[in-house]
Parts: sequence; C-alpha cells; structure tokens
Amino acid sequence: MRLIPCLDIRDGRVVKGTNFVGIRDAGDPVELARFYDTEGADELVFLDITASHEGRPAVIDLAEKVAREVFIPFTVGGGLQTVEDIRAALLVGADKVSLNSAAVARPELVRESAEMFGAQCVVVAIDAKQCGESWNAFVHGGRKDTGRDVIEWAQEVVKLGAGEILLTSMDGDGTRAGYDLDLTRAVSEAVDVPVIASGGAGHAGHMVDAVREGRADAVLLAGILHDGVARISDLKSEMAAAGLRIRSTNRS
Amino acid sequence: MSSKTVLLDYGMGNLRSVENACRKLGHEVVIQSDLSGAERLILPGVGAFGQAMNHLSGLKSDLQAFAKSGQPLLGICLGQQLLLDTSEEFGAHSGLEIIPGKVQYFPKTPGVKIPQMGWNRLDSVPGKFTETTGSEEVYFVHSLYTEVEDESHVAAWTNYGIRFASALQMGNVWATQFHPEKSGEAGLRLLERFLTCS
Repeated sequence: MRLIPCLDIRDGRVVKGTNFVGIRDAGDPVELARFYDTEGADELVFLDITASHEGRPAVIDLAEKVAREVFIPFTVGGGLQTVEDIRAALLVGADKVSLNSAAVARPELVRESAEMFGAQCVVVAIDAKQCGESWNAFVHGGRKDTGRDVIEWAQEVVKLGAGEILLTSMDGDGTRAGYDLDLTRAVSEAVDVPVIASGGAGHAGHMVDAVREGRADAVLLAGILHDGVARISDLKSEMAAAGLRIRSTNRS
Repeated sequence: MSSKTVLLDYGMGNLRSVENACRKLGHEVVIQSDLSGAERLILPGVGAFGQAMNHLSGLKSDLQAFAKSGQPLLGICLGQQLLLDTSEEFGAHSGLEIIPGKVQYFPKTPGVKIPQMGWNRLDSVPGKFTETTGSEEVYFVHSLYTEVEDESHVAAWTNYGIRFASALQMGNVWATQFHPEKSGEAGLRLLERFLTCS
C-alpha cells in the first residue's frame, strides 16, 4: 500500500500548512514536498484550488518547480482542461495528472489523455457524497451535484482509460473519524484499477482499515500531516506493525 | 575534468525528470538526438518499444559501437528493454541487440495488477552497481519485463507475480527497469554512481 500526502495549493502557496521542525516556509509547496519525501511519502499529490483562470493552468508551473527538487512520483490536478494542459504538466516532470470537473464536463478527455500518454498517468478524482443509500459525484469543490452515481461514474472513467481513482468522501473529509469504508470498498470492488482512499484520516488505524476493510490500494493524507498531529514515519511504522506491506525507508 | 554526459532524445517520452535528477546531483547533462561527443550516455524511455525503435533505427549501429567502446551507458525503463534483441509489445520488434535476450509481457496472475506501478524491492546481485540501493525500494511503471539469455548479466531481481530482472549489467552497460529519477534517495545514489563511474 502507498501513503500519499496531499497538498492543496492556492495562489502558489500551501493551504492549511503548519510549522514543522526544519521547515523554513511551510507555505512553500516545494519545501513541504521535500520534507514529506524525506519523511517517507510514497508519492505526492498537488491540487490547485485557485479559481480557474484563462490560459495555462498555474499547476503546470508548480509541477515544474516540484520536479526540480522532488524525486518521487507526483500527481498534479486543478484547472487541467485539455490534452494540451495534460501534456504540458507531464512534460515538465509530473508523473500523473488528476482530472475531476474536466472529466465530468467532457469524459472523452479521459480517453484522449489515456490513449496519448498511457492509462498509468491518468487519475480521475471523484468527490463522493452520500445521497440516501448510495453516493453521488460532486464537482466544483463539492458545491455541485452532478447527479451521477459514484460507482457508475468510477466504472465509466475506468472504461475510458483512467489508471487510478482518487476517491474522496466529502462526508468524512476533515472529520478525522476515519475513511468511509463502505464507499471505499464499493468502488474498489467495482473497478480493477487502484483506488486511493481520501477524506477522514485521523490515525494509523484508519489507514489500516481503509486497506483491510475498504480494499484501498493507497491512502491520501492531508490535515493530520499538515497540522503536525502525525508524522509519516510513525504512521508507516504503525501500519507495518499491523502487518501491512509498506515501503520502508532507511534513513540515517 | 568531467566527461560529457548525453541524455539521448529520440522523440519519445519525458527527459526532464532524468535531467532534473542529474542536475540536482551536480552533474550537467546534454540533451541531444545523436551520440556526437558522448562519453557517458543515458538512454531514457517512456512509451512503446516498436515506436521507440522506429525513432532509433538510424542510431542502432552508433549505440552498439558505444556499448562496445567501454564507455558508461545507462538504459532506464524502456531504455533497459531496448538494449535486448526483441520485444513482443504490440507485435514483434527487433531491439538494439546489445544484451542477448527478449522482452515479454508479464503473465496474467490473479491478484497481480498489470502494469506494475509502484515501489518494489531489489534483490541485488553481489558486485553489481545496484548494491548501492541496499534493501530500499525503487519505483516501477511497466507491463513487460526483460529475460536475458545469460543470467550473469542480471544486476538485480524483483518479485512481481514472477521473479524478473529489474536491473542489468553487462560490463559498462547498465540498465534499470525501474526509474532511479523517481526512486527518492535510493535512486539518486544509483544515478550518482553511474555519473561518477569510470
């Protein structure tokens, strides 16, 4: 399994970052990314939540800066609308792109980018919210209900060529009460690509549950890391102690 | 006096990450589409074998001569696969025929997702360049693997459903199926070793 810190970026700065020992500027995405790399992050995700502008998405410039300093795989998302945007992000050194609203607006974008760059670099992010007995996919930062069933949408994007699903429970997001295991398991069992569980992590036990009960392939972390409540190295030790196969890093 | 390191651009995939990693380590690399002046050569690779060989066909004899010259050559990912004789990726293709062997798809194994995409462990063969990674994991993205005729050319093994050669070494010719430029500290150490070997 993989442990993936997620950095939300607005106007080039990390949102919700906090102060860590050894970090001069916790608002600097590159510096925070380097810190998480040395702590043992398996990958990184950068989501630009700046309101979209015309022209080249800002996240491409961010990807370029990150790629000069960080040498583990990373994904960028936020504002990527076209195959050309995606090409630019990959060319400057991003390993994967995350598509959300743009995929809902034009699902063919998933197919076009998977065919052109390979399914392995196309992540579709789904923001899920419980609606009765099932979940609907939301877009625009969770403000707009697409009316689409999450399971069906996940299956559709995988058929179009998505190589991975980044699944966020909007109900769980920020609660630190644990990942939505029913949601995670439902999607993991419905598709044959890796699912990254997101939203609700409070401690290592939640991450173990996401893998064991939710069948997630990876877990996304934001709040508990950025607040300094938890450290990646400790979380990984706890997950390894629980018997999960996880990458260990030998740092002296 | 540092030697000229060439990062070969043959019109496929992304060179930037390898270039960034070399720069981070304090080594200049020159990106060019031929081997002129190269004293150290990196053959990167993302994409499909057949298409890559189409782009490389005019350089095949130069690459073979470079490999024979004793100067350091490093193939990365598809760059490892291209060094072999043949590949079955999207049909049958001839490779650079520098290391004897063939490239084939992973067999379908229940519970093993193809492509392999993620971190995995190296079991390094003593005395080979991969020793520097110790027991640390490295980052893979691939659907095919290389099977060499002579096992003495294997530098490291990795298990992914089957046991496959995750790195090769035939004298001055080194290759990694994984991406050292995306494998954190362990990967950077390995690149450093290549960039400073003589």
